[in-house]
Amino acid sequence: MRRRPVGLWAAALLGYAFLYVPLFIVVVYSFNDSRLNAEWVGFTFDWYDKLFHNQDMLLAAGNSLLIGLTASAVSTVLGTMAGLAMYRYRPRLLSILVLAPIAIPEILMGVSLLIFFVLLNLTLGLVSVALAHIAFCIGFVAIVVRSRLAGMDESLTEAARDCGASPLNAFRYVTLPLIMPGVIAGALMAFTLSIDDFVITFFTAGAGTVTLPLQIYSMIKIAVTPEVNAVSTLLMLLTLALIIVVSKLSPSLLGTEEENA
Amino acid sequence: MIKTALSMQARSRLGRWLVSGPPVLYLLIFFAAPALIMVLASFRTPGDFGGLAPLLENGKLDLNLESYARFFTESVYAQIFVKSVWYALLTTLFCLLLAYPLAALIARSGKKHRDLLLLLVILPFWSNFLIRIYAWMIILGPNAALARTVNGVLGWFGHEPVPLLFSSFAVLVCLVYVHLPFMVLPLYANLEKHDRALLDAAQDLGAGAWQRFWRITFPLSLPGVYAGAALVFIPALGIFAIPDILGGPEDSLIGNVIKQQFLETRDWPFGSVLSIVLTIAALVLAGTAAWVGRRSLGTPSSAEPARA
Repeated sequence: MRRRPVGLWAAALLGYAFLYVPLFIVVVYSFNDSRLNAEWVGFTFDWYDKLFHNQDMLLAAGNSLLIGLTASAVSTVLGTMAGLAMYRYRPRLLSILVLAPIAIPEILMGVSLLIFFVLLNLTLGLVSVALAHIAFCIGFVAIVVRSRLAGMDESLTEAARDCGASPLNAFRYVTLPLIMPGVIAGALMAFTLSIDDFVITFFTAGAGTVTLPLQIYSMIKIAVTPEVNAVSTLLMLLTLALIIVVSKLSPSLLGTEEENA
Repeated sequence: MIKTALSMQARSRLGRWLVSGPPVLYLLIFFAAPALIMVLASFRTPGDFGGLAPLLENGKLDLNLESYARFFTESVYAQIFVKSVWYALLTTLFCLLLAYPLAALIARSGKKHRDLLLLLVILPFWSNFLIRIYAWMIILGPNAALARTVNGVLGWFGHEPVPLLFSSFAVLVCLVYVHLPFMVLPLYANLEKHDRALLDAAQDLGAGAWQRFWRITFPLSLPGVYAGAALVFIPALGIFAIPDILGGPEDSLIGNVIKQQFLETRDWPFGSVLSIVLTIAALVLAGTAAWVGRRSLGTPSSAEPARA
């Protein structure tokens, strides 16, 4: 008989507490009837009310949504192609191009795109941010799609081809429906990454354009206010919902798949 | 026959290009080209009003090593760089200490709970980066319970109150917090493959719990440790938002200097030099980790115990 590993449980519990207590505090104080995020005073929805009347915040949310939808749509198409190509042909150049943006520190991509856009005389704003987001989302979509393909029976596509289907039809009627959960998971992941991105957006947005993370940044640089807690709570709920859907659609994303990143 | 075979081959090559062409093109334009331009920018002279000086002036090509010379002569930058490496190493170490029990627990729990426990580690990683920094602003704030308790205890010993926020302590705690999932995942992936029979055999031969850990589990988990270390170290090295928000003036890291060069001083060549040095450092250390990891994987079966 092995003893129950009490020490292990205690240490792991400490780890989970470390991960969750900070986020929990942010959520709890978003309902706190006090301007200071220091102690519990009473329950209120005031901060959410304030949030929905804050024009800057609403504008930022709209921008984030617009960029997120565009970036996830384009990167899903390109990422699915990349995932397909990586699985079927194992091209070296594509693999490097797809994985490098994920592997290097984010700030490098941010500053190099800043130079690039300015030298091209492209006004920094929604377009430059969306272009940048697409570039780093492609890799994530490609990894999800490739792992889905790896779990699929490729002979089905071959059978369709043998029966006379054109490559396009074989893809459309056989491969695509089979990898659809992976494609959707990739799209949701891209949307989440885009909505949440701070570093690359910070460098490519220019002075006039604000997204939710940029708005949060400028608010917490000035002072701690429960309005930030409220917007954070809503943003966390959104991400939580999306990620739970992703993890249901693409279970292989949990665990070992991260090693490829 | 031969003709159709040839056209099949040509068509499959066409298919390959049609499928991989668009993503390759997009990433060449919006990832590879900007990176290349940054490398070129590091050899140029800063413009009078930010940006770059003209490439061709009076028939002279503007390419020089001045910004590199500046990095190697002005010791303040080398110091900040060393400090950044030091912070990233400490972050990696603390992540390892916290991640090991988490990964071990997940790896030995039943299939039913495993996915949930793993999801619980990943979820905080998907919540917004700034929110996770902001959470520590609240916890470490001067009026919060933690600071009051700590300073109350320090007061008992007649010590001056210390600020928790805007300190190196705050920066390090948050660095560990943000990167912890990156360490847990590869460690778990490794620990999950271990053969429990080895531990049972060691126990039968009289090895205690510590001995079993140090002589079997830990050596076998080294590939996971190295992979996790690379995944934590690289992003931690380039971070600027955490020192920016939680650190004091002396906590500026290389990421903050890069941000400053591009957005405030507008000295692109020097900012590019710093970015390139950062990339090289990250790649060298990650490459080393991968190489060491592969070497320790050199045994034919990963379940074979390392000879201590």
